[in-house]
Amino acid sequence: MKQFIQDLVTKNHYKSTHLLQVLRDVQTRYHFIPEGAITQLTELLNVPRTQIIGVIEFYSFLHLHRQGHYELLISDSITDHMLGKHELMAYLSEKLNVGIGKVREDGLVSLDNTSCSGMCDQGPAGLVNGHALTRLDKSKIDTIAELINQEKPLDEWPTELFAVADNIYKPDLLLNSQFTPGAAIKAVFERGIDATLAQINESGLRGRGGAGFKTAMKWQFCKEEASDQHYVICNADEGEPGTFKDRILLNSYADQVFEGMTVCATIIGATEGYLYLRGEYLHLHEPLLAVLQQRRDAGLLGKNILGQNFDFDIHIHLGAGAYICGEESALIESLEGKAGIPRNRPPYPVTSGYMNKPTVVNNVETFMAAANIAINGGAWFANIGTEKSKGTKILSICGDCAKPGIYEYPFGTTVREILKDCQAEDVFGIQIGGPSGLFISNQELDRKLAFEDLATGGSFIIFNNTRNVLDIVYNFTHFFAHESCGFCTPCRVGTSLLKKQLDKIHDGHGSAGDIVALEELCQLVKNNSHCGLGQTAANPILTTLERYPDLYENQLKNISYEPGFDLDGSLATARRMANRNDAAAHLEQIEDELATHGTTSPGAQA
Amino acid sequence: MSNKIRVATTSLAGCFGCHMSFLDIDERMLQLAQVVEFDRSPITDIEHCTNCDIGLIEGGVCNSENVHVLREFRKNCKILVAVGACAINGGLPAMRNFIPLEDCLREAYFDGIGVENAQVPNDPELPLLLDKVHPIHEVVKIDYFLPGCPPSADVFWKFLTDLIEGREPSLPYELVHYD
Ligand SMILES: Cc1cc2nc3c(=O)[nH]c(=O)nc-3n(C[C@H](O)[C@H](O)[C@H](O)COP(=O)(O)O)c2cc1C
Ligand code: SF4
Ligand code: SF4
Repeated sequence: MKQFIQDLVTKNHYKSTHLLQVLRDVQTRYHFIPEGAITQLTELLNVPRTQIIGVIEFYSFLHLHRQGHYELLISDSITDHMLGKHELMAYLSEKLNVGIGKVREDGLVSLDNTSCSGMCDQGPAGLVNGHALTRLDKSKIDTIAELINQEKPLDEWPTELFAVADNIYKPDLLLNSQFTPGAAIKAVFERGIDATLAQINESGLRGRGGAGFKTAMKWQFCKEEASDQHYVICNADEGEPGTFKDRILLNSYADQVFEGMTVCATIIGATEGYLYLRGEYLHLHEPLLAVLQQRRDAGLLGKNILGQNFDFDIHIHLGAGAYICGEESALIESLEGKAGIPRNRPPYPVTSGYMNKPTVVNNVETFMAAANIAINGGAWFANIGTEKSKGTKILSICGDCAKPGIYEYPFGTTVREILKDCQAEDVFGIQIGGPSGLFISNQELDRKLAFEDLATGGSFIIFNNTRNVLDIVYNFTHFFAHESCGFCTPCRVGTSLLKKQLDKIHDGHGSAGDIVALEELCQLVKNNSHCGLGQTAANPILTTLERYPDLYENQLKNISYEPGFDLDGSLATARRMANRNDAAAHLEQIEDELATHGTTSPGAQA
Repeated sequence: MSNKIRVATTSLAGCFGCHMSFLDIDERMLQLAQVVEFDRSPITDIEHCTNCDIGLIEGGVCNSENVHVLREFRKNCKILVAVGACAINGGLPAMRNFIPLEDCLREAYFDGIGVENAQVPNDPELPLLLDKVHPIHEVVKIDYFLPGCPPSADVFWKFLTDLIEGREPSLPYELVHYD
């Protein structure tokens, strides 16, 4: 192991910022981070031991305890559930003889849940040692179980298990564009840097990651910041459940994305850029490295790009299973090799970002749009869309529809039109913008896709009338509790309390005051959390409670109060160990029933 | 029955620190006694609640007896108050929630140093432990929460005088900030 770690660190130039990348490789090799590796890395990278352990504990793909030789993770997105994930997981667990969240005794395989893996249009999905598995069904699980029991190396597994489809159903402005690598960079040099920024400004392009900040303004601020180095970062963390459009852009339009980053670099004066790729998209890593190499070979990346005396190169860093790393300041922390905990803002990344230097962070789609605007000019883009939302938006559509996949629409398109295109019928409601966005009902289908009405980072999950809104909200609320980074109390504790309180109602233990208590908790988490995760974690509850108060109230019992957990069940361990089963060794769930049984406190009798 | 406001208090899985802090209202206790009468409480040694106006609960719920006592209070008190960190969050006793109950009992009654005649005591008069320590609002409905470990004497005083004088209780910032 010593030699392996030494080589790894050498390959990573002894940079502490590469800690996460190094740990990923150690995990891949040993299926956990051995104690010896931590000690060695402490010395080689000059990072405190506690910080290394902190990083391991932070990322869900890194482990202090040995995982199976085959680490199987099954995606827990609501869409996976709608496609039968629950039964499949049970089948898998039985077939492989391993509990959920457990390592099999022989150490060969471990099984667990993971947050949405971004394959919502081709689920139920999973990951084996980080590689995406799609369209799982019983027969595929039989195959996988056999391959694992035979200890077949992954590269000998049938490739169809790993097939990932683009599923582009409706291309428009961007997805249809004819693009020659280098064209955008050439256009910048021909038109001039300031004139190009002016075109991007004129295009009205706003960030596609969700918040919708004006891209030209972000680049302008960064450019104006005096510094010896500026950085460009492409945010490909795409962790919002139901979002998978960046996966397609990186699979089939990577040149345009990298070119957008290069255009940004010329404008802000950066020589280095990073693509932060979510760990779940490991299957894209090699192909993307190949695209980068092609671009270097073609003189579009590296030293003296297009002979213009301009140097710029792009590196790829992989995430390790943390939704919060999509938040730009957490992403920067993660890029620096640390736990992804959001920074205090201001200062914003444009003034103090990666390595505390001025940094632009943009979404994958934003860069792709910018590259095309650099070629075609601002008006080409601004002619489409609405007053405050120019151009098109690429949507990842999934859930209850005949054609889940990728659709591109001009801003201003109605929900009704979108539902028609993807052939959704009997619609109950739609989750727009993922769990952190909002739930709209089938009474709101004339609402429009636009920052001024329905803003979305690209997630569009459709539910038909067979779905239960509380099951949906249950899934989303658990997601946030799981993904809270734990830095601030309102979110760390609040998301767990939200989960508990919602579960109580969902599981039928709710009574009179429980919805009010739930609402108060929502406001507390929303108004007091440090970053966007906590501030939006209550949205699934708030937006559905607003629309369907009856569905919540129907769940309540007609009594004043009931505990949210099984009282008698929680005495079971003590009962067994004390070998008791007398009347006093039991508890009734509801108080009034208790009175009729006349049980009194054993303590009081004494 | 007198017209005095009846108050009951108890300590569940707590350390009595909250009760001690309550007593720190010192000579104001005499003032309080003019309008308040204590029902079930460690102060009176009355064993069961009768109809009360206010019930003050210190400590969380860790065993079956706590559940019975808490229910007795809920049934008899118009206003039930969670007093202190343990009642509100489980507090210190809830530290055991991270260790399976089986391991706790094993350590205490089988594997610990100096254990003789290893067995879990099984007298039916002994309350059984719940597998987790719960805040009291997870077992009955609670009307008010007094934060602090323990809440200061002034918190008790402000809260009770507000209630007694018919005001909606409110605690100013100075009473509930801890740094
Ligand atoms: C919890 C959280 C998760 C986020 N995840 C992503 C993400 O996966 N991809 C993304 O582009 N932006 C994400 N964002 C938004 C980023 O912080 C940032 O605003 C965005 O990358 C800026 O790029 P844009 O201006 O091109 O949209 C997230 C924000 C929050 C608060
Ligand atoms: S709001 Fe949640 S995710 Fe954001 S910093 Fe606080 S704990 Fe972390
Ligand atoms: S809150 Fe503090 S003082 Fe009160 S019972 Fe708990 S530990 Fe003791």
